[in-house]
Amino acid sequence: MNFFWDLFLGGLTRGSIYALIALGYTMVYGILQLINFAHGEIYMIGAFTALIVASVLTMKGMTGLSVLMVAGVVAVLYSAAYGFTVEKIAYKPLRQASRLSPLISAIGMSIFLQNYVMLAQTSDFLPFPNLIPPSDFLDSISHLIGPSDFIIILTSAIVMISLSLLLKFTKMGKAMRATAQDQQMALLAGVNINRVISITFIIGSSLAALGGILIASHVGRINFYIGFNAGIKAFTAAVLGGIGSIPGAMLGALALGMAESFGTGYISSDYESVFAFAFLILILIFKPDGILGRSSQQKV
Amino acid sequence: MAFWDDHPSKKSKSVFHMKFTEEIKRSIYVALWLMLLTFPIIVIKVNTIDNVIIWRWSNIAGIGLASFLLSFFWQLYLRKKAPEKGVAMEKESFFRRLLENPKIYRPALIIIASCALVFPFIASHYQINVMTTALIYIMLGLGLNIEVGLAGLLDLGYVAFYAVGAYSYALLNYHFGLGFWILLPAGALLAALFGILVGLPVLRLSGDYLAIVTLAFAEILRLVLENWNDFSFGPSGISNIPRPGLFGIPLTPEQSAVYLYFILIALCLLTIFVIYRLQHSRIGRAWVAMREDELACQAMGIDKTKAKLAAFALGATWAGMAGVLFAAKTTFINPASFTFLESAMILAIVVLGGMGSILGVITAALAIILLPEYLRVFSDYRMILFGAALILVMIFRPGGLMAEKRRQYQFHHTDIEDKT
Amino acid sequence: MEYILDVRALSMDFGGLRALENVDLCIRQGEIAALIGPNGAGKTTLFNCLTGIYQPTAGTIILYPPKTKSKQLNGLKINAIAKLGMARTFQNIRLFGGMTVLENVMVGRHCRSGAGLLGAIFRPPTTRNEEKEIVRKSYTILEYMGLAQQVNELARNLPYGAQRRLEIARALATDPLLLLLDEPAAGMNPQETNELDSLISQLQKDFQLSILLIEHDMKLVMNLAQNIFVLDYGKEIARGTPQEVRNHPAVIKAYLGEEEGPDAEIGQC
Repeated sequence: MNFFWDLFLGGLTRGSIYALIALGYTMVYGILQLINFAHGEIYMIGAFTALIVASVLTMKGMTGLSVLMVAGVVAVLYSAAYGFTVEKIAYKPLRQASRLSPLISAIGMSIFLQNYVMLAQTSDFLPFPNLIPPSDFLDSISHLIGPSDFIIILTSAIVMISLSLLLKFTKMGKAMRATAQDQQMALLAGVNINRVISITFIIGSSLAALGGILIASHVGRINFYIGFNAGIKAFTAAVLGGIGSIPGAMLGALALGMAESFGTGYISSDYESVFAFAFLILILIFKPDGILGRSSQQKV
Repeated sequence: MAFWDDHPSKKSKSVFHMKFTEEIKRSIYVALWLMLLTFPIIVIKVNTIDNVIIWRWSNIAGIGLASFLLSFFWQLYLRKKAPEKGVAMEKESFFRRLLENPKIYRPALIIIASCALVFPFIASHYQINVMTTALIYIMLGLGLNIEVGLAGLLDLGYVAFYAVGAYSYALLNYHFGLGFWILLPAGALLAALFGILVGLPVLRLSGDYLAIVTLAFAEILRLVLENWNDFSFGPSGISNIPRPGLFGIPLTPEQSAVYLYFILIALCLLTIFVIYRLQHSRIGRAWVAMREDELACQAMGIDKTKAKLAAFALGATWAGMAGVLFAAKTTFINPASFTFLESAMILAIVVLGGMGSILGVITAALAIILLPEYLRVFSDYRMILFGAALILVMIFRPGGLMAEKRRQYQFHHTDIEDKT
Repeated sequence: MEYILDVRALSMDFGGLRALENVDLCIRQGEIAALIGPNGAGKTTLFNCLTGIYQPTAGTIILYPPKTKSKQLNGLKINAIAKLGMARTFQNIRLFGGMTVLENVMVGRHCRSGAGLLGAIFRPPTTRNEEKEIVRKSYTILEYMGLAQQVNELARNLPYGAQRRLEIARALATDPLLLLLDEPAAGMNPQETNELDSLISQLQKDFQLSILLIEHDMKLVMNLAQNIFVLDYGKEIARGTPQEVRNHPAVIKAYLGEEEGPDAEIGQC
């Protein structure tokens, strides 16, 4: 199809992946006011775990959709567990400390996890199999949109809608929103803050892992460092949309993906990240709280 | 059964026994959890290039044991910490009182000063280089401390100013042949200008937004340096950067290293002096007030934008100077030296040192640079240990290694009496 | 009599909520005025508009410093307004808790001094003298307010009443023309309130200050204020001397919810 459509689709795909990761950042920030630097590493661990499980399964003779299903589910579960554990180790002890201590701890955890995977596995780029099985439906639309892109966009959309519904209508969702707005009040209203925090990390990590698996399948290779770049971009997206705002994270991620895609398409591909960051700076200059951010009116 | 049937000592003994059992049980759970969690990545080594899978079962035993022990001792630590909070506070101020006692710190200072002066003549060339690196990081730490510790600005892109200083020196020297002594202030000035340019649009953003935007600026700068080959020579960097000259006398690399070492000592002392003066000044007070309550400080007539800009520009100046020194020391620079990891490390130095504390920052910088050198045997594990160390220090000493009580202005009546 | 502050048709909207509507207010030089009204009437919002924390949606605020040109305040930044001579205290005390009592007051002197970065680093004689003067002036104010004993205490360790006085001391340090006190008697017992009463009268005399206070303590207000403005639901419902306001039916209704009597004349400024 034409160039513009390709770029648009590329932007959508990028945006979808960034959204999956950005949601984790924004949810954690909404509750703890913490920039979870280690979140990108969860994305990376999701991809690695999927690769490991898929390799073991393939070696034992499994093929096709079942490999995708099992590897995907196991990887997401594991990443959720990692997210949960990271919170308990590096953030929970610091809940009462100043803002900077958990930040440094997060940076430390990020460095730790990167090197953990690098030392335990390898620093090389590892090829990642295409997990999406061939299907007639996907073939029929492949002239319009590639199977990988389609799956990514579809999955993200489904996940984001589910998350919105969960937050809006379930009891836990309400508890999460309440905790994000006013932790003290939520506590007084009987919300189990520890559980809410853990669930937030679990959901955020699961989404990130999903993103990691999808993009790994799309790009075809992974290494221990991919979490860092994706993490920074996704966090940029969350800030762009207004940190702490869930629709903001989705919108910001989409906007960022588009900015990157069109920037690399029309201007230059060397400066891919520059477009993302420049876009962020521009938006924040005109909207200091992000696109959908609410400026906290100080009570005086 | 009547209440007098429970023998007190027997009861307490069984309670004590149970308490330990709790810890052991919990540690076992933790160990099992971590073993399960790390199983795929630790045990199954995947190589999809050659399609090989290696199973390393012994690793999991190590994980199990390590996590059991760590969890157990962590729980013991928690148990100890709770009732003795009062004692912990005492310990801290004892150490502090020790430092503030002139009978202790004066001779200590003399000893340290003499060691510092004698060091380059008894150490090897390599060791001098390491020490010089540590001194550069001390300068960087103290500079970032002005932004983060004094003014409370979270800057995640400090490395950008560092890069501006380094590249200014390298490029201006390459194109115009200017020497070190002219370019040292020039680099600092250019970094300050860059700081003001970046600061103007950015400083009105609140805390975390400011953090991510400074990070964004730093990444943009790095990517531009990496890709704009015509300007910055790209990833291959700039080499043959001259060392500082001593009235035109030719110096061997060894002598040059010693010379640079002393230049850095002097500049570090200058930095300490400047920061000390700033802390006890009108603008220092404005920064503290701003950190305490930004709204109230504005209501008292303090222009917060000007105050933030001053801190930002000043911090940038110091990073610029450090950048020039770095370029002069290594004689070769490329964009890979100016990544976010660098900014993170400098921030770690400031936070570990206890924000606002000059001595703390110096200690943290020395620890972060010198320790890896002496633990060479672990060199592969340097980064992972660094990451773990950051987490651990934050958990055990969230205020930093030397959480400093800000030195307040102590009023004495003699302050306002005229000395006639 | 000359005015020090003239507020015309001030309105303040927050999205769909109209917090202040068409409020007129004027304060004469050297006068103690009070702003009263039920909770939520918009009194602190008005303060925030006067001091630049909120930008009013409509209306003008003009300051008339004696012997200089008048200055329009709405649209200026918070610190610019403070520098022009509008100092305030806050409903919920906003001291610099980690700084000492003296340092808090010294911060108040910031806008009346000028040493910058270079002055801080090099400490020329001008800066040194300025610093000395700041300390001296601050200490004098503390003596006046009866806080000299606690000069090196951390502000957060002071008892409540002392903290309130420290906030006033800090505001005084800015050499204000108009002092805005937001519920200065909140949380005080009758004895402390009496002391506050005398203090505010003293301030008016000794510093030639104009004072505008928000208060709920009617005894204090009736005692001190020469002119009272009453707000309810963001609108002015009465103004005048304590006598006039005390018996004004709209005021009584707003506070006690009784039947409205015949409309009284609203006094002109």
